Amino acid sequence: MAKKTYQLETVSCPSCIAKIEGMLKTISGITESQVLFNSSRVKVSYDEKEIASERIKEKIISLGYNVLGEK
Amino acid sequence: MIIKKPTKKNILWIAVVLITISFVLKEFLADTLITTCFMLVTALLAGIPVFKKALVALRYKIIGIDALVTIAVVGAVLIGEYWEAAAVTFLFMLGDYLESRTIEKTRSSIKTLLDQAPVKARVRKGSQEIEVRPEEVMKGDHVIVKPGEKISVDGTILEGSGYIDQSAITGEPLPVNRGVNEHVFSGTIIESGYLIISAEKVGDDTTFAKILELVEDAQDSKAKTQQFLERFSRFYTPAIILLSLSLYLVTKDIVLALTLLVIACPGALVISAPVSIVAGIGNGARSGVIVKGGEIMEKLGTVKVIAFDKTGTLTYGKPSVAGIQAFGIKEREVLRIAAAGESYSEHPLAKAIIQKAGEVSGPGKSLPEKSEIITGKGLSFTLDSVRYYLGNRKLMMDQSIRIDEIEEQILSQERKGHTQVLLANSEKILGIITIADRVRGDAKNAVSKLKSVGIRHIVMLTGDNDRSAKAISNELGLDEYFSELLPEDKVRVLRDLQEKYGRTAMVGDGVNDAPALASSDLGIAMGAAGSDVAIETADVVLMSSELDKLSYVIGLSRSTVRNMRQNIYFALLVASLLLAGVLVRSVHLSFGMLVHEFSVLLVIINAVRLTGYKEKSR
Repeated sequence: MAKKTYQLETVSCPSCIAKIEGMLKTISGITESQVLFNSSRVKVSYDEKEIASERIKEKIISLGYNVLGEK
Repeated sequence: MIIKKPTKKNILWIAVVLITISFVLKEFLADTLITTCFMLVTALLAGIPVFKKALVALRYKIIGIDALVTIAVVGAVLIGEYWEAAAVTFLFMLGDYLESRTIEKTRSSIKTLLDQAPVKARVRKGSQEIEVRPEEVMKGDHVIVKPGEKISVDGTILEGSGYIDQSAITGEPLPVNRGVNEHVFSGTIIESGYLIISAEKVGDDTTFAKILELVEDAQDSKAKTQQFLERFSRFYTPAIILLSLSLYLVTKDIVLALTLLVIACPGALVISAPVSIVAGIGNGARSGVIVKGGEIMEKLGTVKVIAFDKTGTLTYGKPSVAGIQAFGIKEREVLRIAAAGESYSEHPLAKAIIQKAGEVSGPGKSLPEKSEIITGKGLSFTLDSVRYYLGNRKLMMDQSIRIDEIEEQILSQERKGHTQVLLANSEKILGIITIADRVRGDAKNAVSKLKSVGIRHIVMLTGDNDRSAKAISNELGLDEYFSELLPEDKVRVLRDLQEKYGRTAMVGDGVNDAPALASSDLGIAMGAAGSDVAIETADVVLMSSELDKLSYVIGLSRSTVRNMRQNIYFALLVASLLLAGVLVRSVHLSFGMLVHEFSVLLVIINAVRLTGYKEKSR
């Protein structure tokens, strides 16, 4: 199990949160995800064997949100 | 040449130019092909990111504001309302840009904290000093810090001393003096002095890193109001689409239906609560008060009872000199002789005397000769060739020194739970030093301030004896006190208070009152910098030991809740006015969008006001 936090560009609409959360739920390999509206961050716990962190990042970017950093 | 991906800002500027041209053309050329082209290009340029987001969201079965705008714009183009299409997309984009800029402002109170994060550390390896990044420092490394630099680890001072600005951690504006064996925090700045620190916590384990994480999580933990609003918006958007559709079917007026779509976006309403909470929590964090989330922020302002733990909360929690009486010599002299006599002692009472002497007349220079410790009574020593006795009444009686004149006074002090140390030469008493766990200097003021902000009942809980509890309770003007309590008694007393008066907050130092903090409606830990347990268990964390902060944070909570209500009512008002305007056909597509975006902005700007909240000085 690995944990990652992605820093996104400022998320300004609450419906964006629902969108990102909904998307993360459809990815197999992610066990837990949390989108923090105020700090514009996404926290995920995922299984490295099933999905790579890069892949999750691409998914978020494809939704239209730039990922500025990760840790 | 590489073409960079255009930023939001650049697209916005291009859109501004295009919309202006479109507007001018519309006014002077009326409907020509070229006008239409400009308008369509504007709508496309500003609209594409919105359309994209709407499509992607649909894939995950979410209908958001993006979808509403997209439907409206496509609809407007289809019925030939090109200007409306261009204006709506442009306004939506502009609004989005301005909103993210102003939201940054509500978050910027935390940014000042973030900027305090250390960026480099100097570590001693053998005889060399090397510079590394803070996260590369290992536990046990010796870190060197020079004047004006930031400390990058939590640890203990091995060498040196200095004045340290700890405002990033405790919110206290004045620098504090720290020396060998004392604890320092990452994120604080040495104003003067030079330190070598043994690193105990590094990187993400430091208090500073924990505070940041706490505050960020707190801002995202949802208040009740917020949860309601989010649930509301999830059903609201699809409902609006249905409503628009049925409105179209009934009236056959497509413009009316599209307008309804645009103005009914719940943007201002959904954002109204979170922005206020974020700004409020951010304001607290800047002054060294961490409120763990929106729900606690909402609760704080409605507290009816505040219960204080005594030791370490209302008092300093360690013995110190509370008074000196001198007979025939100066008070300073009593202190000097006593401190010199205690030079070699490790007793807590001795420490209190030495510390006080240091405060009054600097470090002592004279050392005693022929000291003798008389266990359970005190000690005798020779200083400047005079024999002195320092200790309790028994010691004086043993030396047959008369104390009957002051006996009554000693007894009355002892009844208050204070300790008396007597100083005598071989004939008579020279002075009495009273040592007690003193009440904090700001306690009385803090209690009266809490009363003035409307706290109905202020009580003290302590495990100490009834006498000393009563004395302190009277001194501070508390409403009630409970003494000789065991930890489980405290929990019971709190429950009684809750039943009798309502919402109860417990203030403690988190050291031995964790169960009480956990069982009250709100646990407030004080002076928590460095105590992880307190930071984790309490609902509200005061990083410093300033009791004054209590009335400030209660005021902040009330202001935050008020701000939130203003936002919600304002958003509802604007939405209903717009709706009415649409139904009587006096609000148009682009004008509806303008008002809507403007109301979202106003809500955010109102929240930004909170970042400047300060307690009114009475």
